[in-house]
Amino acid sequence: MSTALDLAPEEPRFGILRRLFGRPTTVAATFVVLGFIAIALAAPYIAPHDPLAQSFLRINSEPSVEYWLGTDQLGRDVFSRLLYGARNSLIFGLISPAIAAVVGTALGVAAGFFGGIVDRLVSRLVDTLLAFPELLLAIMVAAVLGGGFWNVVMVIAVAFVPGFARVARSTTLAVKQEPYIEAAVAVGLSTPKTILRHVLPNISAPIVVLATLWVASAIRLEASLSFLGIGTQPPNPSWGNIIRDGLSNIFGSPWPIVGAGAAITAVVLAFNILGDALRDLLDPEGK
Amino acid sequence: MIAARLLDAVPTVLLVLTLVFVALRLLPGDPALVVLGEYATPQQLALFRREMGLDQPLPLQWLLFIRDMLTLDFGSSMITRQPVAQLLAENLPFTIELTLVATGIGLVFGIPIGVMAAVNRDRWPDGAARAFSLIGYAIPDFYLGALLLIVFALNLGWFPINGGGEGFWDRMHHVFLPALTLAFVKTAFLGRLTRTSLLETLGKDYVRTARAKGGREPRVIYRHALRNALLPVATGLGLSLLATLSGSVAIELIFNRPGIGEVLISAIAKRDYPVIQGGVVVFAFFVVLVNLAIDIAYIVIDPRIRVRA
Repeated sequence: MSTALDLAPEEPRFGILRRLFGRPTTVAATFVVLGFIAIALAAPYIAPHDPLAQSFLRINSEPSVEYWLGTDQLGRDVFSRLLYGARNSLIFGLISPAIAAVVGTALGVAAGFFGGIVDRLVSRLVDTLLAFPELLLAIMVAAVLGGGFWNVVMVIAVAFVPGFARVARSTTLAVKQEPYIEAAVAVGLSTPKTILRHVLPNISAPIVVLATLWVASAIRLEASLSFLGIGTQPPNPSWGNIIRDGLSNIFGSPWPIVGAGAAITAVVLAFNILGDALRDLLDPEGK
Repeated sequence: MIAARLLDAVPTVLLVLTLVFVALRLLPGDPALVVLGEYATPQQLALFRREMGLDQPLPLQWLLFIRDMLTLDFGSSMITRQPVAQLLAENLPFTIELTLVATGIGLVFGIPIGVMAAVNRDRWPDGAARAFSLIGYAIPDFYLGALLLIVFALNLGWFPINGGGEGFWDRMHHVFLPALTLAFVKTAFLGRLTRTSLLETLGKDYVRTARAKGGREPRVIYRHALRNALLPVATGLGLSLLATLSGSVAIELIFNRPGIGEVLISAIAKRDYPVIQGGVVVFAFFVVLVNLAIDIAYIVIDPRIRVRA
């Protein structure tokens, strides 16, 4: 395997991009992700109706030219709610992994750099939390904290912290062996400066990759929690609570469920395909 | 070896319970106020604090909490006054039944799909299995459940739309659609795992030897390769069991089934503090138990681990 790679001719210019976008599925996935981001950003400008506007004159109407996915039990335009739901998903998809990355990296670097009792405590905590599936951990934390925007951000972040801490710890352990760390300590650089200037920049790549891979997981988690009624609270639209509302109105109109579910599936699928392509590119021997 | 692993579970259980304790006490503000609301009388607040042991010093509260949880003494529901342990015990069989049937379906389809994909590597069955697993990972279980409910229960009327059922066949009838929903992602996961593991095993020396001895291909695959390839699948099965358990929360909600998840979610909506606490702790116990079972199964299945120790 490695000999074949060694003998391969040098990558032509743009070879990496060609390899990333060589497959049609990857290109399609890229378009879906870009479209999702564009819709999330432009939701207020492109939504045909106010997502919160209720009207008892048009309850549970079928899809039409005016209401592309019909209306729900309160007469709200389902299509507009979906567009705003994309905005909600993007916010959680970006903020939660970012916060988890910061907290998890801090824990992992501390464990890896200082070793000893700090490492034992952090490792024990991380191993214990890693035994919990993310969704279960999130449900348990949400059960205690309750809903609301920042609580949900924290709940999803908590579910991801152990994963970041583990990666940060192992990469820090590897970096710590490098001569430049020894040199930094030898010339008398303080510990915080050593960590900030020499450890963090050298472990940032895997952490950033991990954070991007977890955008899709965060979107899924938020949808699941909102579906369970412990995430984004109504009347604010989230793809999860649109399906929840749809289920309680299942005899009225199936379109909210079908539309919101298809949106989650398409976005998560696209992010996963991109993530796989990215991982293959960075780690060709991985799979 | 097994005894050492069992002993190792003790600090884990204590740590998990302590985390739950800290989380519950970290509730912003006074738990009594949060639960009873700001219109509660001072008498009600005092009574609640005494009932929950909140008037004791924190270290003592912690000790009492650990003792109560380990003896499964979760107090009683604030709304129905039913003991929480009893409420959970009544609902637990439905959650276990759902998890086991889903795991069964996942195994029956997942392993053959994985074998088919590995044997036909890079040909169309492999591609189809890959597409299936991509969709399986992407589609949320609560969406799939809702679709199955709409099509097979509401429109076609083949399956009941709610409840857990009475008697064996009726219960199987009720559990089928929910279990199928949870089995979808499990099949994708186990299929993927079997494929990767089998491909790795097929490259091993003993497989080459078996082929060199003139063994027929099915015999080589099933007798020599698959047996060894199933070891990582056994570990994966434990992980996927826990994933199914967390997925069952949403599925119980969709199909209006009794179960631990349904109990926990409705307790959250009603702010029934003792029930929330009991549900969370029971889920935590499950996670510790399943992980313990995975490790012990590993020691039993794989002789190499025993020899090394």
